[in-house]
Amino acid sequence: MASGFTVEQLQAQIPRLRRYARALTGSRESADDLVQDALERAWTKRALWRPDSNLRAWLFAVMHNVFVNGVKRTRPMASLDALNEESNVEPAASSASAETDAALREMQSALARLPVEQRQVVLLVGLEQFTYAEAAEVLEVPIGTVMSRLSRGRDRLRQLLDEEPGGHGALRRVK
Amino acid sequence: MTMRKGLSEEILHAYVDGGLTSDERGAVEAHLALHPETAARARAWMSQNEALHQVYDQVLEEPHNVRVDTRPRAANAPFFWRNVAGLAATLVVGIAIGFVAHDYWSPAGGAPRTSIARQALLAHAAYVPEVRHPVEVTGREEQHLVAWLSKRLDAPLKAPSLVQSGYQLLGGRLLPAPASSAAADKATPVALFMYENAQGKRLSLLVRREVPNTDTAFRFTQEGHTAVFYWIDGPFGYALAGDVNKDELATLARLVYQQLNP
Repeated sequence: MASGFTVEQLQAQIPRLRRYARALTGSRESADDLVQDALERAWTKRALWRPDSNLRAWLFAVMHNVFVNGVKRTRPMASLDALNEESNVEPAASSASAETDAALREMQSALARLPVEQRQVVLLVGLEQFTYAEAAEVLEVPIGTVMSRLSRGRDRLRQLLDEEPGGHGALRRVK
Repeated sequence: MTMRKGLSEEILHAYVDGGLTSDERGAVEAHLALHPETAARARAWMSQNEALHQVYDQVLEEPHNVRVDTRPRAANAPFFWRNVAGLAATLVVGIAIGFVAHDYWSPAGGAPRTSIARQALLAHAAYVPEVRHPVEVTGREEQHLVAWLSKRLDAPLKAPSLVQSGYQLLGGRLLPAPASSAAADKATPVALFMYENAQGKRLSLLVRREVPNTDTAFRFTQEGHTAVFYWIDGPFGYALAGDVNKDELATLARLVYQQLNP
């Protein structure tokens, strides 16, 4: 079968798909389920990928559709109540620490309160460093919509982080 | 680049996200120097980007169990099962062709074992569906059946009892010798015993002459619904075929083997 990409090419994208999915869903379990579903779908639909196009953007678009279709099913964002429980926060991988944990909690809690459309754009641009045009492609919206969501999302996230108990402390300290 | 009083939001985002040339950046910074609120906004956005990397980049490195699974999805299963009936019909024809065309094709050694499994599958598919004439001699004439088949195969046969597993001997029949039989000493015919349980499920036990002293362990194969255990023991090759699962058939095959090797 003429498939535009190989399993290895797909595997190479897993780390970044996981990073975005983690920030988007706020939970490791939901994120990895989302990535797993997206990879299956991408492999099944691989004939639809145009070889001259950006594979990473296409995969994020596939995952976005899985996410949208599964929003009710997969608990896309851990609820705020759950986030406030220590147990729901992934321990930092490195030695590092309480400060990193605190920073993660602050960010997750703020992202959880960001409307999902804004969260997606803020993460695609700010974390995954997609261009605005690529983000528009991933989300299947006009670029003007990306820009307005980005402005609202970034301003809202600024407020939310400032409101965090400890006033943005952990994020600021670690920088 | 000349900046009017207001800086467009696109430009401000591009400044934050590193999408400007150095000239453009210089122009934006000149503007920001005069507009502290806009400058604070830009700084806040920049630190958001840094903070996102700070907390989520560790995900890139951590071990995980996400894999690309290239097997067909479970959703394909109904399609597969819908086609099983058709496959089974094709199987009968396919095995018949394979039996005639490929029997003993491969080099000596592997061929007879593969072949007995094929022959068992063919016989099972051909005779098990028979309602009125599944056997030539019924189990009620077991002594006569065994004597007759032993004479034709030129060696003493036994009809193992599978009663303890709920299968009665239905009877048996004689099948032609495999074409151009290189494995058997002579072109001797083949015996087929058939068993049936209370639910009408049938098993076939095919017995035929093999080159002596080529005993093998149990081997297993499966085509469609039909599972086959086969082995060579002394002068005979045996193949037990049934539309049952592997574990159940293994139990039955052991029962057969034990009775033949008391």
